[in-house]
Amino acid sequence: MFELFRNIDRRWIFLMMFLCVAVPIFVIGKYKTTFPEKPLVLATNVFNEIDNLPDGSRVLLAFDYDPGSEGELGPMATAFTRHCIEKHHKMYFIALWPLGRQMIDNAVNRIIKADFPELRYGEDYVNLGFKAGNEGVIKVIVTDLRKLYTTDSRGTATDEIPMMQGIENIQQMDLVINVSAGYPGTKEWVQYAVTPFPDRIRLVAGCTGVQAPLLYPYIPQQLPGLLAAIKGASEYESLVMAKYGGENISGKYLEAQRRMGPQLVAHLLMIFLIIAGNVIYFVERRRGVRQ
Amino acid sequence: MKPENRWWVILFAIGAVLLIARWFVMPDGFGRAYVKAVPQAVDAENPDGRWVIYEQAPMADYLDAERTNADQSVYGPSVSRTLGTWIAALLTLFVLSFVIRDNPLYKVAESIFIGVSAAYWMVTGFWDTIVPNLLGKLAPGLLRDWAVPGLGDDQHPELAYLVPLILGIMLLWRLSPVGGWISRWPMAFIIGTFCGLRLMSFLHADFLTQIRNTIVSLYVVDNGSFDAWQSLKNLILVVGVLCCLVYFFFSLEHKGLVGNTARVGIWFLMITFGAAFGYTVMGRIALLAIRIEFLMDDWLWLIDPTNKRLLAEAAGFFLPLFGMG
Repeated sequence: MFELFRNIDRRWIFLMMFLCVAVPIFVIGKYKTTFPEKPLVLATNVFNEIDNLPDGSRVLLAFDYDPGSEGELGPMATAFTRHCIEKHHKMYFIALWPLGRQMIDNAVNRIIKADFPELRYGEDYVNLGFKAGNEGVIKVIVTDLRKLYTTDSRGTATDEIPMMQGIENIQQMDLVINVSAGYPGTKEWVQYAVTPFPDRIRLVAGCTGVQAPLLYPYIPQQLPGLLAAIKGASEYESLVMAKYGGENISGKYLEAQRRMGPQLVAHLLMIFLIIAGNVIYFVERRRGVRQ
Repeated sequence: MKPENRWWVILFAIGAVLLIARWFVMPDGFGRAYVKAVPQAVDAENPDGRWVIYEQAPMADYLDAERTNADQSVYGPSVSRTLGTWIAALLTLFVLSFVIRDNPLYKVAESIFIGVSAAYWMVTGFWDTIVPNLLGKLAPGLLRDWAVPGLGDDQHPELAYLVPLILGIMLLWRLSPVGGWISRWPMAFIIGTFCGLRLMSFLHADFLTQIRNTIVSLYVVDNGSFDAWQSLKNLILVVGVLCCLVYFFFSLEHKGLVGNTARVGIWFLMITFGAAFGYTVMGRIALLAIRIEFLMDDWLWLIDPTNKRLLAEAAGFFLPLFGMG
């Protein structure tokens, strides 16, 4: 047994991981059940920041991610959009990643157009699209939004869009929500928007797991709430659905909670492998000493 | 036949058998995509639209529309999107095949990805940077007539943008066989600007503000009573920061008190690395989960978590493969 584990081909481990992810997805997808979720303080803070705003507040949603991180960040974007809709907030979508534009379109088509067709473009939400320039864009729009955004993503002049009337910069937004997959992302929003204007710009964010440890130092002064990876998304999603989901919640609003099943099983496998690897290491070392 | 090639053949054979079996289990098929025709209003005089766009629609909506009116033309199967689903599924499998070992299928997927990314960046760079940020500032009238009719009439040429135009041309000079050194000037400008921008933001957000955030009370009183939990959290924060700083302080030899403090700093760092590793694992599993969910849901129709095909399972419709879109 010891020799079997010691010389195990890595492809068996890949296969085990595949099964640990695939089987829960199949079972959860077939029976449409999710694990219960207990929201922790950071997700609750994000929820409260959005929920405590007066109805109809201006919210800037920066979708700085692409399909490569859709698995982690897509559920957050969905939950953020749904929450803003339920609160009747005015949604201003922008993207600092080229493919972020498609992520905005995805949220608009899947959520707004599909489930809330009564919302009107230009009055309830606007898609300002992608702008190249990374943190340079943030640096400019904190003081002059119109310098960069002369048109929306459709090419309509921003002057002709009703909800853009009177908007000169993002200090006039009541909240900035950032969905971040890396650079540029939440770190840059903290550095170039929140830190220079701590009393005027409030930011909450959802980020990938890789980024999360780098963003924790900003909590809570510079970043009151953070959704870290799929776990944060799941907690926030459960809060939004508990309050606004109603009786029959559509599966597309339970994406994050659904993905916590494979997370659980895969993590158990990881823990087992780490323990097994350490046991093998120490046994080998002891045998080596004896020899 | 080499043993490893034999394994590949067996793997492909199993896949093909499973796909054929899947077809027989569900005669309506799998891996199809449906669209909804949405007329686009051009202006107030053409409310019904002059052109139509096709948005992805759940199969359940298509079946519902078919039941209501068999001659309806709003919903229908989409050849292009069906093809897209199959290509996406196969490319996913090609990429995942790398875990067995490097192989031509993986290289095909990798090459396609690189090519598509490069092309996308090139097109995006032109339409989202050069057109609005340069042409839109230098010749807004031309841009309005040519590409962006919605551009406001109050936009006037800004000659200051000749500077980035000239710097851009100088940067491209690198491609020229002579005078490549000219590109160093705009490069120096870019590096200098970037350094200045980053330096200030880091000093402000990550240095000064972080120092301020670390100055916290070690004896927290909440509503007149001692808050032990918050006090402990603040103590760990301060001790952790100080110990980690000592670990990176190399002007004193790490012996005695300094050495012990640095050792505690290592523990804090190790816990941080462990948390980062845990988060990374969680992220990677989430990425694997969405691909497997795509394969099971959109491609193989083994699961239906979002009720896209709820009616299909109940009705057992025969679904035409080719149609609109």
